Amino acid sequence: MNGHRGSATRHWRNQRMTSIALLPLGLWFLFALLLQPALDHATVAAWLAKPLQALLAALFGGAMLWHSMQGVEVVLEDYVRGRTLTLSILLSRLAHTAAAVALSWAIFTIAAGGA
Amino acid sequence: MRGIWPWEAPTPFWQNGLAMQSPAERPLSPHLQVYRPMYTMVLSILHRASGLYLSACSLLFVAWLAAIAAGPAAYSGASRFFSSLAVRLVLTAALAAFWYHFFAGIRHLAWDAGLGFEKTSSRRSAAVVLVCAAAAFAATMCLSRAGRWLMGAP
Repeated sequence: MNGHRGSATRHWRNQRMTSIALLPLGLWFLFALLLQPALDHATVAAWLAKPLQALLAALFGGAMLWHSMQGVEVVLEDYVRGRTLTLSILLSRLAHTAAAVALSWAIFTIAAGGA
Repeated sequence: MRGIWPWEAPTPFWQNGLAMQSPAERPLSPHLQVYRPMYTMVLSILHRASGLYLSACSLLFVAWLAAIAAGPAAYSGASRFFSSLAVRLVLTAALAAFWYHFFAGIRHLAWDAGLGFEKTSSRRSAAVVLVCAAAAFAATMCLSRAGRWLMGAP
């Protein structure tokens, strides 16, 4: 288990926390997206420029990427061994961090009305 | 099946053909290939597979948000990409994976809370998960504008 800094119990508990958070957040995002009157730029930018919607989108995106990172690590730990495990977990963390940075930039830009 | 009936001499589980694909001389370590596929195993694999698939699709989500932030010109390019048949198929599968992972995730959370471990209740909850996921997928595909767009409506 050389993937985790800190205890495996904490990793397990955090993964349950993000799961529970994603139940309402995931439903919110899916239904908000599916119920948009149209999916052109003006409509979706106006939707995500509303402060509460931007906050929810940031919470959903953050929880989703964190949960994704936790899940990928658990799967990697089961099927990959040794240095490959360390390397693949590092790559997964880099990719998830890059995605989170891009996500924050996008949501800030949309919410600030710059889109 | 020999060796599993009460009137027969008991056979070890690695020789009775119930748990393992083929009888072995000794109990084998848990490599997936030696076990017969059971609904528990299939659902567990589906949970992991749908999770990994949704992880990959989260890149599409971030790319979509970045396209909105980058402005109308970039978004119209992204729209052409997302409207292509291949990407619509990927997104349809992501919707199915979302619903399966959502309901199976609730089942896993219930197990973590110590609920539903009994064989009968876990068999029943497996069926509930599959029915709920299929119904939610069908409803979101057929009843929403975005679902119809995924199916090819303009």
